[in-house]
Amino acid sequence: MHGTFSAIGFLTRTRRPGRIDMTDILSWLWLVGGTLAVLIPVIWAGLSSLKPEAEITRFPPTLLPRAAVQVEVQGFDKPLSLWNATVDGEAREMAMVRRIGLKAQMVDPKYPGKPVSVDTRSISPVQRLTVATENYTDPLTRFNFLTFLKNSVFVTFVATLLTLIVNALAAFALSKYRFRGDTAIFVLIISTLMIPLTVVMVPAYLVVVGVGLVDNLWGVIIPTVASPTGVFLLRQYMLTIPDELIEAARVDAASEFRIFWRIVLPLTAPALAVLAIFSVLWRWNDFLWPLIVLSSRENFTLQVGLNAFQGEFSVQWHYILAMTFLSLVPVTLVFLFLQRYITTGIAGTGMK
Amino acid sequence: MSSTPQASWRLHVATGGTDMAGATGFADRALDLAMAVVEAPINAVERLIGKRRMPYLFLAPNLVLFGIFTFLPIAIAVGYAFTGGTELLISNRPFVGLDNFRTLLSCESYLVPGSCEESLFWTAIWNTLWFVGFNVAATLLVALVTALILDRAIAARGFFRAMFFYPVLLSPVVIGLIWKWFLDRNGLLNAFLQMLGVPPEIFLLEVGWSRFFVVVVSVWFHMGFYTLILLAGLQAIPKDLYEAAAIDAATPSRTLLRITLPLLGPNLIVVLVLLMIKSVQIFDEAWVLTNGGGPGTANTFLVQYIYQMAFAGDLRLYGLASAASVLMGLVLLVLTLVQLRLGKKAES
Amino acid sequence: MGDLRLTNLNKSYGAVAALHDVNLSIDNGEFVVFVGPSGCGKSTLLRIIAGLEDITSGAIAIGGRDVGALSPAERKIAMVFQSYALYPHMSVRKNLAFGLENLKFKRAEIDARIAEAARMLAIEPYLDRKPRQLSGGQRQRVAIGRAIVREPAIFLFDEPLSNLDAALRVQTRAEITKLHRQMQTTMIYVTHDQVEAMTMADKIVVLRAGRVEQVGTPLELFDFPANLFVAGFLGSPRMNILKGRIVIGDDRRVLVDVGQPALLESDVDPASVSAGQEVLAGIRPAHFVVSEEGLPFEVQYHESLGTETYVYGTLQGQAEQVIVHQPGHFAPAAGAVLKVMPQEGRLHVFDPASELALARRHGGH
Repeated sequence: MHGTFSAIGFLTRTRRPGRIDMTDILSWLWLVGGTLAVLIPVIWAGLSSLKPEAEITRFPPTLLPRAAVQVEVQGFDKPLSLWNATVDGEAREMAMVRRIGLKAQMVDPKYPGKPVSVDTRSISPVQRLTVATENYTDPLTRFNFLTFLKNSVFVTFVATLLTLIVNALAAFALSKYRFRGDTAIFVLIISTLMIPLTVVMVPAYLVVVGVGLVDNLWGVIIPTVASPTGVFLLRQYMLTIPDELIEAARVDAASEFRIFWRIVLPLTAPALAVLAIFSVLWRWNDFLWPLIVLSSRENFTLQVGLNAFQGEFSVQWHYILAMTFLSLVPVTLVFLFLQRYITTGIAGTGMK
Repeated sequence: MSSTPQASWRLHVATGGTDMAGATGFADRALDLAMAVVEAPINAVERLIGKRRMPYLFLAPNLVLFGIFTFLPIAIAVGYAFTGGTELLISNRPFVGLDNFRTLLSCESYLVPGSCEESLFWTAIWNTLWFVGFNVAATLLVALVTALILDRAIAARGFFRAMFFYPVLLSPVVIGLIWKWFLDRNGLLNAFLQMLGVPPEIFLLEVGWSRFFVVVVSVWFHMGFYTLILLAGLQAIPKDLYEAAAIDAATPSRTLLRITLPLLGPNLIVVLVLLMIKSVQIFDEAWVLTNGGGPGTANTFLVQYIYQMAFAGDLRLYGLASAASVLMGLVLLVLTLVQLRLGKKAES
Repeated sequence: MGDLRLTNLNKSYGAVAALHDVNLSIDNGEFVVFVGPSGCGKSTLLRIIAGLEDITSGAIAIGGRDVGALSPAERKIAMVFQSYALYPHMSVRKNLAFGLENLKFKRAEIDARIAEAARMLAIEPYLDRKPRQLSGGQRQRVAIGRAIVREPAIFLFDEPLSNLDAALRVQTRAEITKLHRQMQTTMIYVTHDQVEAMTMADKIVVLRAGRVEQVGTPLELFDFPANLFVAGFLGSPRMNILKGRIVIGDDRRVLVDVGQPALLESDVDPASVSAGQEVLAGIRPAHFVVSEEGLPFEVQYHESLGTETYVYGTLQGQAEQVIVHQPGHFAPAAGAVLKVMPQEGRLHVFDPASELALARRHGGH
């Protein structure tokens, strides 16, 4: 009793303890309603992805993935389907031998004797919770899903690594040196924040054609490696590293590159982590650019592949949803473990 | 009592810190290895050009990539906008002057896309404008209300904030597919409506409903991001102002109108413009959700138009697509300048 | 060798000149302190010696070798920074090893030098800790240790004690002095604290607004300040400055009239002054004696420090407040009038226009 009370007390705790007014109630309705709105489509898709092909389009749908149960019965070659039936005024699970019009021939699976005749209008199939793992295993084995996955992992990993190094080098130059044109270069880089990919995608594609990277994963990776957001975020962070550390290293006979690699880079780890998380998310979720650059199936990334699937298997939702869910997993894991990094990173830099 | 979530936060941060420290041993070795490979040539360059020219070397990869994949395309976009034909090489393309712009802009009435020479362009423009209007209003309202609620000292704030933020991280394709399934003829929404006795509807094949749900999905997708920015703005408002207002016997609604919103004002405007810039560029999730802009052209937006002209059709009309890109770029540039201007004002 | 020559050194940032025509010679093994108020250019001068800043014109030589174009690493110097600048992500041992590794020393040599420095500075127990796990004093030692392992020709210290609390500062001061005696290496030490300058230096360089004001041993500077600025800067409480007039007495002795009834005796060279010339007379608070005769000093209040007492008051005809130091307990009532006189040979006389000390009689004090 006491436990229940304190749980309610915890959940309804507000600025003024002991008083719950209308605003609090409305706030809670909004938050709980919003949470449900976020979760229901995702969970619904997740549950659906576990349903067998025959079940997924049943309307009205069942919440959990279920399938009809089959049993082996002595004296019958094939497994029989199991039904709930009322025999002699007693509710029992019976196996159906055959069905003729409104009558069904049924046996008790435990004591198979002579089949009894039952009215089919009074029986319903016995269903058990069944997970259709083939929805997941089939795409992995039969379709190109593994290729897409491999391509996406490659693009995400290589692009993130390059993004970190290229932008950290630029940020180092722009935060720890005074040189002719430093401000102009910084403004030039930041100004590219104003030019979204959607505006330059046509000519950027032409450039990719020109350098021979069309339908090539490197054509997806390289054009977006230089990131103004990345330069800005890392530069702001590097500005907080005391200049005396750089000077101490210089007195310690470190080359400029060694200062970058051994002093500045390790000390920028928190900002690099934030940028790495974002880069992984950007690259993993990227759609329009790979869609433009990649044309042959063996080069598709996961997102482009998913889009292609939904065009081809438009009725095979069990496969589409399963693959959708597989591509959701890494992002969800990143979110669960690094949620705090991401939210503070966004609140601090306003980037997405 | 209220310090408990704070404490667990700190604990989280602290353990995060040790994890990082544990990882540095490995990271150190990886860095050492990479260093050994690249250091010698870079140091040779340093001896050659001197320490003070090294920043140029460090900037070089970045600037080369920006030059090739951002600045060069801008120049090309402008060039292609004045050429016609379907050839890829600019040397093979005939110069057509302002023809592409004339094609895009010639209209008997801009209000009636059918009366325009390039009617799909104007359909896309009007679709985009309507989408931007509804999407900006709805997202802003939902994000603001959520941020205001989360700013109250409410229990489990971190949980809710994370919950609302989760969709932001998902891929647009995944979101399009999840919602497509949710809105399917056999989907959960129709099942729910049937429980209420409403006949099922194929939402995404009906013009009105499909447009409505494109906005719903967009709000669902992005509101967490704007909530986060507004929440950061709200939490920057000094708490003693609220205490002073309480001492001055201000009612909650008066406090909201006279203190919270005016102080949040600059943030609100920045979010508004940012939201407009992003909304104009709607493509990915709408494309997947509506099977490429359907039904018909009810959800064909500007970016989709450009994409189709340049990449999807049998004829690859790069000139027309570039001209449309240039026009959209100008609109975005104006919006961005407004944002920078307001952002600077908000800072001071 | 650790001797240093600066010749006609100038440094400017755009139109702003930071150092004017600095000439300085430091011998091998000297402990030299650069002192001056903030913004006087002392840190800039140190950073120029280190090679962290370029010179605009002039020459800089270490051990007879022109080092103006060399990088810090090539100058055989080591530096202890104000913030210590320990690499926060490295253990103490790695902090010490970093410079030697960069210079491609053998592992055994690195280990030997670290062991020797750690023993000298008693930091052996902390070698595997990170800097943030150390106290301020321990970090300070590590920073010094990082300089020692390099075995430099010159040690440079940039206000190394300013981040320590008062007690630790006194202790560390003594340790650095001891270190200098042990190592016999040239050390250049920048501080704004005149006590550090007085207690540690073989030679003090006083800087103001980018110019060298005076160079000398601590006592030379204290006893014979070359100008008003040096006189005011060294010594605490500050030297009292009185307005006065030259009176030429019998035997051509130069006296200063700062208000009747008494004239103050000085050892100014009579050849350099004329009677009636306006001057400024400087007397340190500790150099006043209370006597039967002298200048009437009206007491305003006093501060008793137990071992000594500072009496604040005014001299007749002088606008500025005057401080008089008395040993031990001394409690004059407010409003009381004492008679005070400077000790013999302790009067400093300056020209008000040039602010330079007037030439003293040959051999006189």
